[in-house]
Amino acid sequence: MSMRLLYFAWVKEKTGVAAEEVDIPAHVTTVAELMTWLKTRGPEFDHAFARSEVIRAAIDQAHVRHDAAIGAAREIAFFPPVTGG
Amino acid sequence: MIRVQQEDFDIGAEIAKLKAGRSDIGAIVAFVGTVRDQAGAVEEMTLEHYPSMTEAELQRIEAEASSRWPLQACLIVHRYGTLKPSDNIVLVLTASEHREAAFRAAEFLIDYLKTRAPFWKRESGRQGSHWVEADARDEIAGSRWNKRAAE
Repeated sequence: MSMRLLYFAWVKEKTGVAAEEVDIPAHVTTVAELMTWLKTRGPEFDHAFARSEVIRAAIDQAHVRHDAAIGAAREIAFFPPVTGG
Repeated sequence: MIRVQQEDFDIGAEIAKLKAGRSDIGAIVAFVGTVRDQAGAVEEMTLEHYPSMTEAELQRIEAEASSRWPLQACLIVHRYGTLKPSDNIVLVLTASEHREAAFRAAEFLIDYLKTRAPFWKRESGRQGSHWVEADARDEIAGSRWNKRAAE
C-alpha cells in the first residue's frame, strides 16, 4: 500500500528526505514494524532509525504510540520529541 | 483561536482585540515565551514545524483547555522560522470571569503545548548548531495535568 511519509528535525537530516510516497509491504502493520522496515532501505535510514525508541510518530496529523496500526493511514510522520513553546 | 506565523506579535494589540466589544471578561492572563541567549552561547534559534499537524494539535489543546475551565476567550500564537535572543516565540492569552480559570488554563496550555505541538528548535552560536533536546521537566509539567484529570 502506498503512503506519504514525512520526516522532521534530525530524523529528516539523517534520512536526507523531507517527504516521500512509499509502497509499504503488506506484512508491515504497525508504526514499530514500519520503523524496522524503513531501516532496511539504506544506510541513511538505518542511521536515522537506529534509536527508534526515542522517535515519535503521528498518523494523519495526530500523535500515536509505536504499537498503533497503520492500516488506514494516509500520512505518517516521524520526528524527535517536540521542543516548541 | 490559534495562529502559527513567522512574524512577531504585539501583546498589547492582541489583548485589545481579545477584549474588543466585550464587557463580560474579568481576568486576562498572558504568557510570553522568548529566546534566551544562554550566557552568549545562542546567537540564533530556528523553529521548524509540521504545519498541518501544528494547526490540528493546537486546536485540540485549546479545545481541551476550554472543556476544563470556563474560558471566555483564548488565543495561542506560535512563531516559526529564525529568531534572535529576546525575540518572542509564543503567546498564550486566556480570559475568564474570575482569575483562577485564566491562570490555570494558561499554565495548562503552555505545559501541554511544550510536549505536544510539533515544533523543533535548532540553536546556533559560536560553538556551531544543534537540535535542542526535549527537557524531561517539560514532560513532567505536561503529565501532571493528566494525573489531575484522572483524580
